[in-house]
Amino acid sequence: MTVDWTAIRDDFPILKRVIDGRPLVYLDSGNTSQKPRQVIEAMDAFQRNSYAPINRSAYRLASEATDLFEGARASVARFINAPSADEIVFTKNATEALNLVASSWGGNNLRAGDAVVLTHMEHHANIVPWQMLAAAKGIEIRWVPLTDDGQLDLTNLDQLLDGAKAFSFTAMSNVLGTITPVTALSAAAHRAGAIAIVDACQYVPHNVTDVQAWDADLIAFSSHKMCGPSGIGVLWGRMELLDAIPPYIGGGNMIADVRLEGFTSAPVPAKFEAGTPAITEAVGFGAAVEYLESIGMTQVRRHEMDLTQYAIDTLTARYGDDITIHGPHNVEVRGGVLSFAFRGIHPHDISQVLDQRNVCVRAGHHCAKPLMRLLGANATARASLYLYNNQADVDALVDALDGASDIFGF
Amino acid sequence: MPGLEDLYREIILDHYRTPRNRGDLPVPPALHAEGHNPLCGDEITVFLDVASVDGVSRVVDVKVNGQGCSISQSSASMMSQAVKGKSVAEVRALVRKFKGMMSIEDALDEPAIDVPLGDLEALQGVVKFPVRIKCATLAWNTMLQALDTPIDA
Repeated sequence: MTVDWTAIRDDFPILKRVIDGRPLVYLDSGNTSQKPRQVIEAMDAFQRNSYAPINRSAYRLASEATDLFEGARASVARFINAPSADEIVFTKNATEALNLVASSWGGNNLRAGDAVVLTHMEHHANIVPWQMLAAAKGIEIRWVPLTDDGQLDLTNLDQLLDGAKAFSFTAMSNVLGTITPVTALSAAAHRAGAIAIVDACQYVPHNVTDVQAWDADLIAFSSHKMCGPSGIGVLWGRMELLDAIPPYIGGGNMIADVRLEGFTSAPVPAKFEAGTPAITEAVGFGAAVEYLESIGMTQVRRHEMDLTQYAIDTLTARYGDDITIHGPHNVEVRGGVLSFAFRGIHPHDISQVLDQRNVCVRAGHHCAKPLMRLLGANATARASLYLYNNQADVDALVDALDGASDIFGF
Repeated sequence: MPGLEDLYREIILDHYRTPRNRGDLPVPPALHAEGHNPLCGDEITVFLDVASVDGVSRVVDVKVNGQGCSISQSSASMMSQAVKGKSVAEVRALVRKFKGMMSIEDALDEPAIDVPLGDLEALQGVVKFPVRIKCATLAWNTMLQALDTPIDA
């Protein structure tokens, strides 16, 4: 099936925006993605016609809202091939999901001296919660190093995993674009008796995700990077594991009973969903995954591989040794996240100059400071692609970079 | 949108290419502080030798180290030139005047001593690019931190 990518682009109203007479060139989807009208309209319609509390009121409107909310959970479960929608825990975002894991699983299962293995390419969201746990409980953190081309160096993985209780790793680096071998990493963790935790925040929006094929234990991702609204994310976990760990935040909705002496938890997923959740956002998230399903994630991935190849080829052809694109250059093992150094110009200045042409890129440390230190940079400029980008967007980036040379040409 | 020429004035680029007073001072006796811009990863360290000259506490030497964008680096370089030799009271007045230009200090709160901004006025264009104000003020906030360090720390 061929996809009409121009029609896809037309689904995103913001891409029609003109600033100072120029079109918007949005290349910051690794940060957060733009929203198609299907998502905007679903949220609007829900707020206008169906908004009500969920899971707690008896009237028909509340029942309708609950059905739409739970329908979103079912759509998300289908999207990642989860065995059961009950294993989808809605969180605030992937960061909260990873904090839930460190706090509830780690707090309950780790003792002083226990080891958790992370990689050198993690986002702060998969570092700091473990460091907080290390400070509180005295656990050990071990780090999987990287190869020169920005892939995981798995040479000593079995030694690093020896005796470890958990291996928590990214499925795709938000800085290097590197896609990691999740199934093999999960298997290695299990061989060592550790659980496998996956930060799939950058992966799920761009690839076919099959959590059963991955065979990991806990997986975190966010709605806002996959055409859905911000304010909602997912923790998927094996039911027996989610069932065995204590709740994270206490309050309404997460209890079976409360007495003066104490409480009993509701079943998963309600156990981890205290308080009124992001109801409209869940409906929007459901619409987002249905939108992506209607296109097909195989097609989305193919489109991004083609565009990433085009970007690498075009940038390299134009600027040669003046540009360094970090991470692997083989698009089979990377996504459309292109962090680069250009002619010694500070990324913040690059971003400023590109903004003059409405080219939106991220400049900074990308919440991955340990990785940045490894790259020997305080910051990089990062262009990240999504299904709505096209070759003209890449061309605009390549042309606009010349403007930076005009000002900082030294 | 304001043009980039408002931001990247020639004197700014000159300080960026050739930063003045770059380096370290031995601590102690120098006061020092590290500043970070968590947004973009810029890092800066300011060293100050403060001594009493004729009964007046003065910044007799200053060095700046770190990495950052053209705005944070040029602002640090120009700041180092401006404060060298000034009394601590004048330096504090200058910081307030500079922050006033960056529209982050109450304009009614006029400093007691008027210290001219000189070359620093070139950074005025930064105000038109609000995201960059933090770049321009990083060195200044870091210098204030250094000044407030207890002497025997």
